[in-house]
Amino acid sequence: MGEFLHQLASGLALGGVYAIMALALVMIYQATHLINFAQGEMAMFSTYFAWKLMDLGEPYWFAFFATIVASFICGVVIERLVVRPFANAPILASVIVFIGLSLIFNSLAGWLYGFSVTSFDSPFNGRPWFGAGYMSAHEAGAIVVTLCVLALVYAFFRLTPLGLAMRAAAQNPVSSRLVGIRVGWMLAIGWGLAAAIGSVAGMMAAPIVYLDPNMMGGVLLYAFAGAVLGGIDNPFGAVFGGVAVGVLGNLIGAYLVGDEVKLSVALAIIIAVLVWRPSGLFGRRLVARV
Amino acid sequence: MITRRTFLQSSAAAAALAASASSARADNAPGVTDTEIKIGQTMPYSGPASAYGVIGRTEAAYFKMINEKGGVNGRKINFISLDDAYSPPKTVEQIRRLVEQEQVAFIFNSLGTPPNAAIRQYLNDNKVPQLFVATGAAMFSDPAHFPWTMGWQPNYQTEAKIFGKHILKTKPDAKIAVLYQNDGFGKDYLIGLKDGLGTDHAGMVIKEASYETSEPTVDSQIVTLQGSGADVLLIAATPKFAAQAIRKTFDVGWTPVRYMTDVSQSIASVMKPAGLEKSKGVITGVYGKDPTDARWKDDPGFKEYSAFIEKYMTPKDLIDANAVYGFGLGATMIQVLKQCGSDLSRANIMKQAASLKDLELPMLLPGIKINTSSDNFSPIRQEALASFNGESWEQFGELYQA
Amino acid sequence: MADADSAPGVLVAIAVGVFALAFPFAASGYHIYQGAQVLILAIALLGLNLLTGFNGQISLGHGAFFAIGSYGAAILMVKFGLPYWAAIPLASVVCFIAGFLFGFPALRFGGLYLALATFALAVATPQILSYKGFDALTGGSQGLTLAKPRAPFGIGLTADQWLYLVCLACAAALYWAALNLVRGRVGRALVAIRDQPIAAETMGINAALYKTTCFGVSALYAGVAGGLSTLAVGFVSPESFGLALSLAFLVGIVVGGLASLGGALFGALFIEFVPNLADQLTVSFGEGAKALPGAIYGALLILVMAAMPTGVAGAARAAARALTSSRQPKVEKGGVNVAAKYERKGEAP
Repeated sequence: MGEFLHQLASGLALGGVYAIMALALVMIYQATHLINFAQGEMAMFSTYFAWKLMDLGEPYWFAFFATIVASFICGVVIERLVVRPFANAPILASVIVFIGLSLIFNSLAGWLYGFSVTSFDSPFNGRPWFGAGYMSAHEAGAIVVTLCVLALVYAFFRLTPLGLAMRAAAQNPVSSRLVGIRVGWMLAIGWGLAAAIGSVAGMMAAPIVYLDPNMMGGVLLYAFAGAVLGGIDNPFGAVFGGVAVGVLGNLIGAYLVGDEVKLSVALAIIIAVLVWRPSGLFGRRLVARV
Repeated sequence: MITRRTFLQSSAAAAALAASASSARADNAPGVTDTEIKIGQTMPYSGPASAYGVIGRTEAAYFKMINEKGGVNGRKINFISLDDAYSPPKTVEQIRRLVEQEQVAFIFNSLGTPPNAAIRQYLNDNKVPQLFVATGAAMFSDPAHFPWTMGWQPNYQTEAKIFGKHILKTKPDAKIAVLYQNDGFGKDYLIGLKDGLGTDHAGMVIKEASYETSEPTVDSQIVTLQGSGADVLLIAATPKFAAQAIRKTFDVGWTPVRYMTDVSQSIASVMKPAGLEKSKGVITGVYGKDPTDARWKDDPGFKEYSAFIEKYMTPKDLIDANAVYGFGLGATMIQVLKQCGSDLSRANIMKQAASLKDLELPMLLPGIKINTSSDNFSPIRQEALASFNGESWEQFGELYQA
Repeated sequence: MADADSAPGVLVAIAVGVFALAFPFAASGYHIYQGAQVLILAIALLGLNLLTGFNGQISLGHGAFFAIGSYGAAILMVKFGLPYWAAIPLASVVCFIAGFLFGFPALRFGGLYLALATFALAVATPQILSYKGFDALTGGSQGLTLAKPRAPFGIGLTADQWLYLVCLACAAALYWAALNLVRGRVGRALVAIRDQPIAAETMGINAALYKTTCFGVSALYAGVAGGLSTLAVGFVSPESFGLALSLAFLVGIVVGGLASLGGALFGALFIEFVPNLADQLTVSFGEGAKALPGAIYGALLILVMAAMPTGVAGAARAAARALTSSRQPKVEKGGVNVAAKYERKGEAP
């Protein structure tokens, strides 16, 4: 029973990280109907930015918020400069562009910071919670952060005029333009928000998985699985999906098929969901008229 | 260093180079002229294993230092190190380029078990020395079948055997759990451990858990191993995952005796990220001096190393275990070349590599000597056991020889 | 180069063919090896292009089928002692079946989701290959080593030359097969399914059958390429088949030219030589910049997509058209209306 709880707890902790990444993916999907394959590398690069700030002596929370702001700006710039020109190109062109972006970020990080593993501070230090050590303070903190981010995103979309404008722009660009919404800038802001959320994911992940340029590869795949499972157009769904993938991955790996094929479990989840319920558990079901 | 040639020009140029090299000294290897020795290498400068790229950089800097001092027996070293991204097909391609197009004399310290496995047959068929491969896999110290391939570092099975023997001596009724990377490196540890325990004690290993390098963490594996009730844990993991394993065992409140591979003994890359407090008590095999250990502050060998870093590398490389490794390799290579004297044929280079006698290097632990012979292709076979005390590796016991 | 009816097209094809045949007798061993790699990549790209370019199904995971072909051939040769000319076709058939089976769930995915699922496949492939349960067959992480095939009947060719010629023969045969496929009813059906799936179904085309078969055929091509690659490298291990391989294939067909069979050669040349080129560019940045080739590669990708969206083949065709300045309609042979893709898509209010 103890082992089961441990597996559950560490699955929840990692799942929190996957959930935040999945949220970033949902962000971009809702705005542009594209899946950003470069999200992981962008998050990693943001995390290095935060690390550099702390290396230069800045306190954690300053670096944290500065990174979020910087990532937001970077996301907006990337959308305007790199993604926008391909807005009307076939999907494949965008996919290639994302792959190019991920290569660039990965290599840049390696060049600037080297490929060695570094430690990354966590703001949540102290005794592991619940005494029995099911979850470290940081892992518990990461889950709290996940929920906060989710709440903020929800509040933003439902309660602010800007959020309303973004939702309108994604759903119906033509009519939105007619009522004066700057659709182009909505897309850019969507990317900026996604980059900011991704940077939070990276900063929460780094104390657990340690910082190196290749740290987000596996995380991204699990985030994809989570987003697909929960519904790629539903923020709540994405968070649920991310956590579920973390927990399921651990449990299935520990008790059923062996820990070394967890990535295949993620693959199986993706395929199974897409075959049986493509919109995910909480996504909106789209019916196309013929 | 690397020049761009077209398809048609290259064959003519290669032929000319071979002709000029052979006209200088009839029996010298290709790539050897009166003024230079060309050495080839593949290293993962990109891709999943790119953290080890520092090794290649260090060796390039080392050879630069030697060249500035006049080279070896009047010849400068032309060191060509190409990226193979740890992908065996790419390694094969780059090695063929080095041997057939760049016409190097031999291949030095290429990194990785799969990459070296992919090129071993080709190099042996073409009688090109594959010296001091950067991997501890036992398969590369097999002079009977592969006389042109030689290792350098203590091999993984040997270290695991030493661990096994130590466990038998100190905790004969132990229950052992093993975390290992699911590749040749990790599996070698499993084999070596069971070897060291002996067939009648092999049952001491009660649980094994493996992981793939594409996974984000090994936390789940540690929990599984904890659940087996073992009181000894062998961590056969590369730095990132070793750090995670150390941290997680502490966090879940599990206190087995932890043995760890020497590949991950860097204090800067493993013990510190894991947490110095959490790493107390971890045991590993050591053969080199840790650059963060204050014990070596006034040691002449360490001073030589830090002077080298200061002049030829960047300050953060000082504490990088890969830089210490590259430094030792460079010194070994230069010794072999010196021993060759004026006969730089491939056969003699191989012969001299197999004739190292009691070679001591600046950053090897006192008492450890490099020895090779025609049936011993494992240059370093001694290790000491050390335990981490929260600050540095404290040696205990005597040097083990395998 | 897809419209090989026209006189310039035929001339180009002949010139390429002559060069390809003469090449192994003029170049050195290492370059012949590179030539063989280019041919192997071209075969894989042909297959992927059939699926993604002509049939519109995005696959980011073709490295997995390449791996099945590679390992399949290696296992058949090493563990069962089959000669290579039997092992490779057999392994390719296995790939066809695998691709066909994968095509079924793929029917349910839309373009982007298929990309996602195949991306996951590519990431999971090395893990699946290292799975302990398969160790007896696959050699686990040690991989399998095999010797290069020698020329038969004592023909005076080196192993490198013989291998190159085998690859050339396979590439030529598969290109010819693909050409016929694409120019015939099947090709038109595939394109119709890509461009107007609903209309195609209404016209009586069994979209499901065509799509899954296309997946199977494209996997078969990747399998042949994988098998040949096993011969060329002489070694297989899980590390050889990671995500980078699948991404390289995608890059290859896009740079070469989607829905252009001849573009496969350009694409193969690009992914074989440009990383080395990027490697050399970084020499000027100093030793520490060995990581930069990836960034240069990525930047090149984006630039090529921006400047040459139809790939090298498309640009070549446009240049040829400009030179001959004939008033050809925008719809080219093969039914690829590339211009239409870039028109603004009006959204229904």
